[in-house]
Amino acid sequence: MSVEAKRGWMSLPIGGVLLEAGSSVKYKTGNWRAFKPVIDHGKCTGCLLCWIYCPDSAIMRAGEKLVDVNYDFCKGCGICASECPVKAIAMVEE
Amino acid sequence: MTKVMGLTGDEAVAQAAKQSNVDVVAAYPITPQTIIVERFSEYVHNGEVDTEFVCVESEHSAMSACIGASLTGARVFTATSSQGLALMHEMMYIASGLRLPIVMAVANRALSAPINIHGDHSDMMGSRDCGWVQVYAENVQEAYDWTIQSFKIAEDHDVLLPVSVNLDGFILTHSTEDVGTLEDEEVAKFLPPRKPLYDIDPEKPVSVGALCLPDYYFEFKRQQAEAMKNIPRAMRRVNTEYEALTGRKYGALDALEMEDAEAGILCLGSTAGTARFVAKELRERGKRVGVVKLWLYRPFPTKEIVDAIKGLRALVVLDRACSFGAPYGAVCSDIVSALSQSGAKLNVLNGIYGLGGRDITPSDIEAIFNEALRIAETGIVEEPVKFIGVRE
Amino acid sequence: MVRLSELPTEDLLAPGHRLCAGCGAAMIAKMTLKAVRGPTVVVSSTGCIEVATTIYPYTSWRTSWVHVAFENAAAVAAGIESAYKALTKKGSWDKRVDVIALCGDGGTFDIGIQALSGALERGHDFLYICYDNEAYMNTGIQRSGATPHGASTTTSPAGTKVPGKPEWKKDLAGICAAHGIDYVATASPAYWNDYITKVRKGIEVNGPAVIHVLSPCPLGWRHDPSESVKMARLAVQTRYFPVYEIEKGKYRLNINPKPLPVDEFLKPQGRFRHLFRPEFMKEVEEIQGWVDENWNRITKLCETG
Repeated sequence: MSVEAKRGWMSLPIGGVLLEAGSSVKYKTGNWRAFKPVIDHGKCTGCLLCWIYCPDSAIMRAGEKLVDVNYDFCKGCGICASECPVKAIAMVEE
Repeated sequence: MTKVMGLTGDEAVAQAAKQSNVDVVAAYPITPQTIIVERFSEYVHNGEVDTEFVCVESEHSAMSACIGASLTGARVFTATSSQGLALMHEMMYIASGLRLPIVMAVANRALSAPINIHGDHSDMMGSRDCGWVQVYAENVQEAYDWTIQSFKIAEDHDVLLPVSVNLDGFILTHSTEDVGTLEDEEVAKFLPPRKPLYDIDPEKPVSVGALCLPDYYFEFKRQQAEAMKNIPRAMRRVNTEYEALTGRKYGALDALEMEDAEAGILCLGSTAGTARFVAKELRERGKRVGVVKLWLYRPFPTKEIVDAIKGLRALVVLDRACSFGAPYGAVCSDIVSALSQSGAKLNVLNGIYGLGGRDITPSDIEAIFNEALRIAETGIVEEPVKFIGVRE
Repeated sequence: MVRLSELPTEDLLAPGHRLCAGCGAAMIAKMTLKAVRGPTVVVSSTGCIEVATTIYPYTSWRTSWVHVAFENAAAVAAGIESAYKALTKKGSWDKRVDVIALCGDGGTFDIGIQALSGALERGHDFLYICYDNEAYMNTGIQRSGATPHGASTTTSPAGTKVPGKPEWKKDLAGICAAHGIDYVATASPAYWNDYITKVRKGIEVNGPAVIHVLSPCPLGWRHDPSESVKMARLAVQTRYFPVYEIEKGKYRLNINPKPLPVDEFLKPQGRFRHLFRPEFMKEVEEIQGWVDENWNRITKLCETG
């Protein structure tokens, strides 16, 4: 979570316009979860379905390879575990 | 180089918008504004302008499309009236909240119910708090001049607020008067292409219209209030430049025969013309009367108004709209507040008149001046608000 | 059709947004942005996506993004498209910009239908995506014109006398196609390839395009967050939500499942649970009847159209 001090009207950009694209990366939603997905990389076939379905873009991919879960943002919804065709993801209590 | 053309108010506004090189016009027809959009459509279909004219399906969509267009950095114009203005009310606040320099001509017309298509100020008065700059034209020349000047005021980086140019429905919109128009090149020089402070160019992505919770909303409204304070200065700059170009002088108000007046009328729009005509006549008969014509209604030019009226002993403020349940009509309310704020004391009478296009005649105005002179002499205001011209 | 590894790695929707865990709309927004060719301006109506992705001072958007109000995204998009057209004509702009309106069912079926109709009639070049979670979810699950018959919402609750919403879902695709536009499609995020392909197709169409995509909502539909994709799949497999395209008025079915009974879609969702009480079982039959009738109507159009 960002700890920027809240600015006053004199220094805020006018009209409520947000000039910094993608700044929500400063807001870590990872602390929402009760369960976290753990990938068994041995079983993983790199199909990338978990990557495309993750509503929070919390599965990291590098080129054709699946990398891992981004625990900064994972909300623990469990879709990845549910959709994995080889059951390589387990939802483990935090 | 002035070219005098015989134009109605609507035609003059369309002409001004055309010469102001607007990029997008998104508008919906409503009497008595229709000629503005019809004339503009002719310009587009005859290839006289490169403007994209969006024939939207409602006034709400008109202002919505104008907001979208203005966000790209384009210069945007629209026009409406009465019910149309009421329908886009929600969007007016958004346009000013997003700090977009949209210019809109409002052909002032009565609000339903009952339905009435004639001129009064109830439409714009109903939207007076929406954060728009509001100017009123007395005649067709002023409608033309204010339209052109409004783009420059709106686009000033110290302002960045939308402007409504108000002209009386039918009385001005449909009356032909001589209008001194500028050459296209002169307007182009006066109004260079818009330079937005921010825009939505996707190569430099921004997000516009975020949810601002209680921890942020207030700051953005404070910014708007501050921008309103910058308008008199920005307007003076524009008026001065425009005067150099045209010889016509504009400002927050026009004080007519006010120097040693003891009784005055303050009003907006075309009624000022009638009031001036009567005031001149009464002056010839030795009566010390004057007229204050308010051009700028929002932001309310408190200082200029108080300076103009403080020498009077009685003032009649004419409101062409009724603020139901309020102690005074909108304009009179603001006058009384301004006087209270400044500590100046003055007997004020509010005349509510002309609703639904009910005519106000020179003899009505003469009676008002006589009432004002009576108040000036006796110091007694019998009833603070009078309805003028209504059948009992 | 495309392979997952061919899709861009970059997320134009940054994480850190506050959509619910398991949100179908989040998936849809993400997938949509995988399909863009850029540069893009996204216009959102007020709703789940808009609120949760831009809580000041944070924004998840890495494209330009505009939110104005609830009912007018199509009109705002029309204004943006017109402005770029004008600026291009005048020589002060030289980029092609794709304008995409991303709106919920509330801002489309109901309060937004006028603006959408007007924009379609005028033929603006933009893509309108309706992510349909079948109620006004952002304000607490109130019914919309997209809410299906029998669903329990806060303004059409499952009561003892009236079991959920009495009315039936509007045919948005049909309404849009009736405007004579070149491309209308329905989609489900469970079929990511079909959806992404359609988004790109809609962008590339010269003129208006509309995609109606079903967006499961764990909170509003009352199912486990982990089952959102499963719900989006069941909706198609039970023929509850047929997936098809209408190109220049010609219907084409994209997914032809071996059908499951609609119970399979209704049972896992708490919003339909009351229908399985003995006194309301005939509602389920009626829903199956509606599903069958709708399916037959669409398949007939696909044959003849």
